Amino acid sequence: MAGDGLTISREEEEEEEERSLAPLPSSGRHHRRKSSASAASRDGFPNPAHVRHLSRTETERLASSQRELADSNSRIVFIGDPGGSDPRFETPRNSIRTAKYSPITFLPRNLFEQFRRLSYIYFLAIVILNQLPQLAVFGRGASALPLAFVLLVTAVKDAYEDWRRHRSDRIENNRAASVLDPQSGRFLSKRWKEVRVGEVLKVLANESIPCDMVLLATSDPTGVAYIQTINLDGESNLKTRYAKQETMSRPPGEDHPVDSAGVIRCEQPNRNIYGFLGNMEVDGKRVSLGPANIILRGCELKNTAWVIGVAVYTGSETKVMLNSSGAPSKRSRLETRMNRETLLLSAILIALCSVVAICNGIWLGNHSDDLELAQFFRKRDYSDGDDKKYNYSGIGTQVFFAFLMSVIVFQIMIPISLYISMELVRLGQAYFMVRDANLYDESSNSRFQCRALNINEDLGQIKYVFSDKTGTLTENKMEFQCASIRGVDYSGGRVSSRDNGEAHYILAAGKQILKPKMSVKTDPELVRLLKNKGDTEQGKRAREFFLALACCNTIVPLVVDTSDPKQKLIDYQGESPDEQALAYAAASYGFVLIERTSGHIIIDVLGNRQRYDVLGLHEFDSDRKRMSVIVCGPDKTINLFVKGADNSMFGIIQNKVDLSMIDATKANLHAYSSLGLRTLVVGMRELSRKEFEEWQSAYENANTSLMGRGKLLRAVASNVERELHILGASGIEDKLQEGVPEAIESMRQAGIKVWVLTGDKQETAISIGFSCKLLTEAMTQIVINCNSEESCRNKLQDAVAMYRKFAVISPDPFENALTGTGSTKVSMALIIDGISLVYILKTKLEEELFKVATACDVVLCCRVAPLQKAGIVSLIKSRTDDMTLAIGDGANDVSMIQTADVGIGISGQEGRQAVMASDFAMGQFRFLVPLLLVHGHWNYQRMAYMILYNFYRNAVFVFILFWYVLYTAYTLTTAITEWSTVLYSIVYTALPTIVVGVLDKDLSRKTLMKYPQLYRSGQRDERYNLKLFTLTMMDAVWQSVATFYIPYLAYRQSTVDVSSLGDLWILAVVILVNIHLATDVFRWYWITHVAVWGCIGATLICVIIIDCIWTLPGYWAIFKIMGTGLFWLCLLGVIVAGMLPHFSVKALKEYLMPSDIQIAREMDKFRRINAATMEIQMNRFSMLQL
Amino acid sequence: MNPTGDSTPETDGATERRKKSKKPNYSRFTQQELPACKPLLTPTIVISTFILIGVLFIPIGLASLSASGNVVEIVYRYDIDCIPQQSQDDKLAFIQSSLTNKTCTTTFNVPKNMKAPVHIYYELDNFYQNHRRYVKSRNDKQLRSKAYELETTNCAPEATTPDGSPIVPCGLIAWSLFNDTYSFATQSKVIEVNKKNIAWQSDKDHKFGSDVYPKNFQQGGLIGGAKLNESIPLSEQEDLIVWMRTAALPQFRKLYGRIERDLAANEQISVTIENNYNTYSFEGEKRLVLSTTSWIGGKNGFLGVAYLTIGSLCIFLAVAFIVLYLLKPRTLGDPSYLSWNRNPDGH
Repeated sequence: MAGDGLTISREEEEEEEERSLAPLPSSGRHHRRKSSASAASRDGFPNPAHVRHLSRTETERLASSQRELADSNSRIVFIGDPGGSDPRFETPRNSIRTAKYSPITFLPRNLFEQFRRLSYIYFLAIVILNQLPQLAVFGRGASALPLAFVLLVTAVKDAYEDWRRHRSDRIENNRAASVLDPQSGRFLSKRWKEVRVGEVLKVLANESIPCDMVLLATSDPTGVAYIQTINLDGESNLKTRYAKQETMSRPPGEDHPVDSAGVIRCEQPNRNIYGFLGNMEVDGKRVSLGPANIILRGCELKNTAWVIGVAVYTGSETKVMLNSSGAPSKRSRLETRMNRETLLLSAILIALCSVVAICNGIWLGNHSDDLELAQFFRKRDYSDGDDKKYNYSGIGTQVFFAFLMSVIVFQIMIPISLYISMELVRLGQAYFMVRDANLYDESSNSRFQCRALNINEDLGQIKYVFSDKTGTLTENKMEFQCASIRGVDYSGGRVSSRDNGEAHYILAAGKQILKPKMSVKTDPELVRLLKNKGDTEQGKRAREFFLALACCNTIVPLVVDTSDPKQKLIDYQGESPDEQALAYAAASYGFVLIERTSGHIIIDVLGNRQRYDVLGLHEFDSDRKRMSVIVCGPDKTINLFVKGADNSMFGIIQNKVDLSMIDATKANLHAYSSLGLRTLVVGMRELSRKEFEEWQSAYENANTSLMGRGKLLRAVASNVERELHILGASGIEDKLQEGVPEAIESMRQAGIKVWVLTGDKQETAISIGFSCKLLTEAMTQIVINCNSEESCRNKLQDAVAMYRKFAVISPDPFENALTGTGSTKVSMALIIDGISLVYILKTKLEEELFKVATACDVVLCCRVAPLQKAGIVSLIKSRTDDMTLAIGDGANDVSMIQTADVGIGISGQEGRQAVMASDFAMGQFRFLVPLLLVHGHWNYQRMAYMILYNFYRNAVFVFILFWYVLYTAYTLTTAITEWSTVLYSIVYTALPTIVVGVLDKDLSRKTLMKYPQLYRSGQRDERYNLKLFTLTMMDAVWQSVATFYIPYLAYRQSTVDVSSLGDLWILAVVILVNIHLATDVFRWYWITHVAVWGCIGATLICVIIIDCIWTLPGYWAIFKIMGTGLFWLCLLGVIVAGMLPHFSVKALKEYLMPSDIQIAREMDKFRRINAATMEIQMNRFSMLQL
Repeated sequence: MNPTGDSTPETDGATERRKKSKKPNYSRFTQQELPACKPLLTPTIVISTFILIGVLFIPIGLASLSASGNVVEIVYRYDIDCIPQQSQDDKLAFIQSSLTNKTCTTTFNVPKNMKAPVHIYYELDNFYQNHRRYVKSRNDKQLRSKAYELETTNCAPEATTPDGSPIVPCGLIAWSLFNDTYSFATQSKVIEVNKKNIAWQSDKDHKFGSDVYPKNFQQGGLIGGAKLNESIPLSEQEDLIVWMRTAALPQFRKLYGRIERDLAANEQISVTIENNYNTYSFEGEKRLVLSTTSWIGGKNGFLGVAYLTIGSLCIFLAVAFIVLYLLKPRTLGDPSYLSWNRNPDGH
């Protein structure tokens, strides 16, 4: 969930989000971070007033007290004294190491990593078996070759990646930092990698922070520093950090020798980037340190001339390094299915081996008398004279050996090369997805990212999409739309489309013009009301309303230069997009926040600069669901401004207020949220001196208390936030992202169910549902929002009854909904809220919910917590086989993204946590459509075909070997040379399947986008299932029979030698399987031609080379046999006879039972013929090229 | 091809100012829009493929059948006939004995004119020259060069003599060299058998060394077959070279020699066979074959029949597909066949 307001309406969600499952203990935004950080770390956070006014007393209190931080478990850093901080060199230097291996450890570690795959162990076992002299079927080198090849390819890939990491590490480690030299007191240049804990560093504007450091001083007199954390969490807004006043006054350096500097105690390194806990002892005083006092490695200093800080965590202990975890590892559905077929193949393998072993035993038994003398067996060894057996140890052992040997010979039944091919193909597919211009987001300048490399093909089988709302469906760019002041609705700005430029309030400050960076369309009537000095009640309230918007926030205005030197822009930097929107709105109406310093803000109120002292600030928290400030205006009145969610605000209003005004406001609020606007209510109260002093003392007490400070502060806030006058309410639009309704419609047609899980209110969720065409008027809405298990059960039962009722009308909507082939059914939408889900998930009602939810076309869950999001995903995942995809952008989506089969992060406005947890990341929601319908479909069909083809290809070969073994007295002789056997799957036939797996497209992008229904072929497992596997295997058996027996019968009773016949068989099978592939290729690129025909050529060359080695028995055989006509006739006969069934069945099936994809292919082709478009020329061009 | 990161670390130069657009460069390759040919199995293609194959295969089949039919072949199984009547019960003893006369003669009639050269083969059946123990039992290095004389790896149990000196050529294959001999005569006039150039030239030139002479050969406790003349280098021992090209299948022929003159039809040829080779211990069969050759090799009708079968099957399939396309016409690429158009509520 993105960018909901710092202090604004999305209260329930905030509460839930604290329970985020994210790997980082805290979640995406600032206030959440604070609330989740411990109370002790709160002091002095972005509350300049508090720093200024209260720090003295606060620190005195703290100095004499024990912190919650236990000394035993803390790190002690002597400022400016690395030797004292780390006398035994226990903490790492500031060098980082993202590389996994060093040149020495590379080999063992990399091998260890690789052998964690079970299949590699299998292949290793076979290689080892083959080393036993009794079983040596292949030469030792030849048998180890395939495994060595696979290991080598992977190792080279790993080594290259690691080398790149080494290189970037080196660059990073050798950057220059300026470090204080304790002797001279000057800052000297030092390499990053040499920085140690305790050293004092100086960082200049726009420099990167070399390590995690506690701020000691900044160029700003109040101790503020601005940092950009885009590399850390992706947020581009500037964050404010503070140096403590105690150290501000005398920054370490030339004037202040370091020996008098203090000691910092802080927590041990951890990965919480939003938490820090520590204290600093300066001059005998203890000052507490929180997350606002630390700047982290990976950030950049902005808008601050310099900062001085002391390194507390370095190198691998920095928070950014502790957080850099690799991509999650998931297994694709296809690969899981593939394992089932691999088991089947293993069964076939064992069967073949058993047949060979048993026949071998029988043959030995039948010939036991003959073999003593038979020249080709020679059981008895006469050479030594004594009567011993030569290499023979009884039938039982021979049978056992025969079994093991046949396992070695037939091992490639389980295709080892498939694993490496799949990796290469996925790499290629990822390359094309990343390079796809259609998946590039202009606005955030982000490409598609493939973070997980092994689930590309899952994208083609998605059945459920779980989407976050804010920032995913919407842009998370808040725009102020309308205001309700004293119950009067001012939504003229929203209605009128004209952009009245006058309203942009321009200030003449000296010679310069200041202008807010963004302007909001204003309501003319409201503008008139504000400009009218006449003191009507309405005008007064309107002014107070906008004053409240301008000051009740934590926005930092920054003045930015423009190309026009006379004009400057005010850029509001804040952590909540809602607050920014409100500040810009206030500016457009003439209440421009110009400056914020630690104790006051300056607001230009309709042309007059006014100073407001900020006396206190109560941050947003999820209990109160509001925030408030106490300001002292120019007229010395003290006002409390509160803004918060409607239900929290209406509870604390003044009772004797005009009820009709409240009702009108409520009506307006309802209207706004029905429009999909995010609402919040603004109230104020004037505090008397007495009240203020009471509050001040309570506030100070709370602030300096040691235990449960957060709770006390909340109590103080609640105490003062009462009897408010309601000033009005605002409506902020969270704009839908471009193309969202179209994307949802496409996905619906593609048979993908889109569920929206949001933290928003029910009304907002429903209205967004309508605006993105998820919900339509024709749908029956089932709303479940209950407060007890009982009522939830009733509601669910009602819902079940409802769809049963529809079931009477139409045959079976439930079944239909599941199979996606419904008839005339009433579409239903389920809207359920988080509180109900608490009673449903993980109870018996889950089953009911599942039934109802799957029967509905649309499911909208509102006010759900991150854990519940994950719960809903697993509700589907655990009960169906359907693939789930979760898409979100915020920290609260992390759990959902990790739970779903495919997790997609939106790399947009909010932090990077969703992206870090995701498998794929992209800039826009609408990219889901090309991603799933085009790339997903392609990847699925390519990978499915590749797996089947690899199984088939190796099976043909194994069966040919098997048939031959039947004519060698079952002794596992191979006619095909051992080198060819080994090279078969890694050289002779590998490249074409990889090329086809990367490049082949069954349908064009245009067609796939035009007919989203084609996506369903993936959902139906059309390209890879047991039936296809069986058919392919039958084809493999036939082709092996044709390949083996045609030459066998033709060469029976001839002088042919084993090598020549072996050469014929290997050539025949390689050509056959490549032609088989060729008939299945959808699109012939020049690369495909090169790969397929090149591979056949390469095979011929390899066979020739092998037959040119005089130490092999087959020397010169290929030249001899190629000189005979019989060879060529056999080759041609094998290919035609082998292909005949495949070709006929394919032609028959495509004609009689065309799949949707087949028809779409024909449409592709025929449109081309009829329309004679560009494509024809393209094809001609390609023909010429080829 | 690292899919995620080709971002180079930004240098602190002036380039940092303007953030580089990461928009992928357009190219037909990266957008997967390379020109391509999209073949489709249209009825025309299917039918013409079948007809083409049929038209190609049937003549080839006929040609190879006739070629095979023109080959004249005389096959004579002599392993039983050449055992005297009294030894029929114990053939093994007969063949193993060094005292028995193993010469046997027979005559046969030439059925048709046989054009020179007439190839003389011996054919063994049930002899597993491709048996795993057997095929491995040789050492090609030793065969090739005198320098490798001591190289007897894989040759067991015929590697060395009991005193350890190497057997050249070592191994079971050489040891079991076929040693029946044939001589032919017609009306008491001897027919010359040319035993030159029966082995592959490549074997003689490169595989079997001209400086390698047989040594310690066939001197063990068990005689496997022929002895070799120790004064002739291996490269000249063509019978051995032929024998060492191990056959692919348990029933095989090996070239014995050639008769360089035509044999007229009805010519009576008498053959004198020295029946030395022991196939009796494992129920092997021995045949003598005289055959002419053609472009397709020896007499084997299989390929012709196979080609005729495939060809006519293809013609049949072509007809079947024509009938199918006529009976069940379907417009290719008609959207109304799409599953969601066939049952419109289907989503």
